[in-house]
Amino acid sequence: MIEKLALYFSYPFVRYALIVGVLIALCSSLLGVTLVLKRFSFIGDGLSHVAFGAMAIAAVLHFSNEMLLVLPITVLAAILLLRTGQNAKIKGDAAIAMISVGALALGYLLMNLFSTSSNLSGDVCSTLFGSTSILTLTVRDVWFCGILSLAVLAIFFLFYRKIFAVTFDEDFAKATGMRTDLYNLLIAVVIAVIIVLAMNLVGSLLISALVIFPALSAMRIFRSFRQVTVCSAVLSVATALIGILLSILAGLPVGATIVAVDVLAFGVCCLIGKIAVRE
Amino acid sequence: MAYLTVRDLSLGYDSHEIAGGLNFTVEPGDYLCVVGENGSGKTTLMKTLLHLRAPIGGEIRIGDGLLPNEIGYLPQQTVVQKDFPASVREVVLSGCTAGMGLRPFFTKEEKRRAAEAMERMGVAALAGRCYRDLSGGQQQRVLLARALCATRKILLLDEPVSGLDPVVTAELYELIGELNREGVTIIMVSHDVAAAVRYASHILHIGETVFFGTRDEYRNSAIGRRFLSQRGEAEP
Repeated sequence: MIEKLALYFSYPFVRYALIVGVLIALCSSLLGVTLVLKRFSFIGDGLSHVAFGAMAIAAVLHFSNEMLLVLPITVLAAILLLRTGQNAKIKGDAAIAMISVGALALGYLLMNLFSTSSNLSGDVCSTLFGSTSILTLTVRDVWFCGILSLAVLAIFFLFYRKIFAVTFDEDFAKATGMRTDLYNLLIAVVIAVIIVLAMNLVGSLLISALVIFPALSAMRIFRSFRQVTVCSAVLSVATALIGILLSILAGLPVGATIVAVDVLAFGVCCLIGKIAVRE
Repeated sequence: MAYLTVRDLSLGYDSHEIAGGLNFTVEPGDYLCVVGENGSGKTTLMKTLLHLRAPIGGEIRIGDGLLPNEIGYLPQQTVVQKDFPASVREVVLSGCTAGMGLRPFFTKEEKRRAAEAMERMGVAALAGRCYRDLSGGQQQRVLLARALCATRKILLLDEPVSGLDPVVTAELYELIGELNREGVTIIMVSHDVAAAVRYASHILHIGETVFFGTRDEYRNSAIGRRFLSQRGEAEP
């Protein structure tokens, strides 16, 4: 087992992929608390389907770098969803469901109609559930993910206090003069970026798990915003690492393995939380 | 010059008017209570005063050196806060956030202000505790401390005692009264009209008939007497 790992790690490329995996896990966990508490858990899901649809369009149009199309479309969808969340005829969850299944269907349809690939179901499957192996990530993907993750991290640390204020009590923040619309917009854009990033790691169907599981697990145990944020970041990185290593060793699909480890971690955290309350 | 001068204000949603013809002023040091039946637009009035909602008609003028965002706010509890993992210190400090601009961290001065506000509201000992684990009265004190971090001039309180038991209610009213005596202007929405006529200096009654005046004028007005007796709180 050790030799197998050592062999894999002798390729610099595997090491890079691992680093990127960790960075993505870190980013995706940070805004989890905000999304869960603002009742936006499903926005991640909706956006990931939009990203899938955009990916299909990019494939049909033969974009050399599909991210150049996927990222702006997903960001746009995030902004639209957050805007309509406030005062629209079709309310929050319905709007998300509508956009997400619509984009999913459209994406699959496009891929079917115009696909040039011989392995259509394989393409669809890897877009939905992530690459079967991180080895299929290209060097360009790795750089792209690395730079965007660092940007997301920087934004989170610079605006940590504002994100807290807007999440905890938007009305109060607005009344005391904060530009809450702007910060909501920022949150939406960052979520969209995270979704597009995480798509490489776990695929579009499993992204929500990466975003909400670490936050929910951390909330079982800790009681302050900072503790929960730190704990969910640590959990997310740990589960991603374990998941990636397991998938390399046992030849399992990366995304599904990471999410399975996340589910397990959630169970453990629930237990710890219950025991801590009793004591 | 008054902090707030409201003229012919009408409130509502999508051009459907809930309350209209509101005229009142709030001077520095006043303690104004807004009373009225459920659904008469009390909370909507608060949100309009805070610029969270645009009025349908009329105007709100601010003056006497008050800036639009120097109004502290004690909102009704939201669903989100029921399971929000946040320590008391984090919640109180968040009252300083609006003044930060683009600076990512709190200054020593802001931390001092938060500590002082916690001390003043008697929640300093709870600083490390989780907000959601506190009792209703403690939560209100924490939110008052947060509002004091945002401003020392004027506080808007939206049903601050709803859901609290009588002892805690009395304590909270005392605390608010003390703040007012220290010079903080108070505007409070309440359906507890008995407490309103006991603590407030001015009363605004909204509903089908609108009344604005001092509490003694309210006690002696037709609408005030009717409303007070309806609530079983008729005063001699």
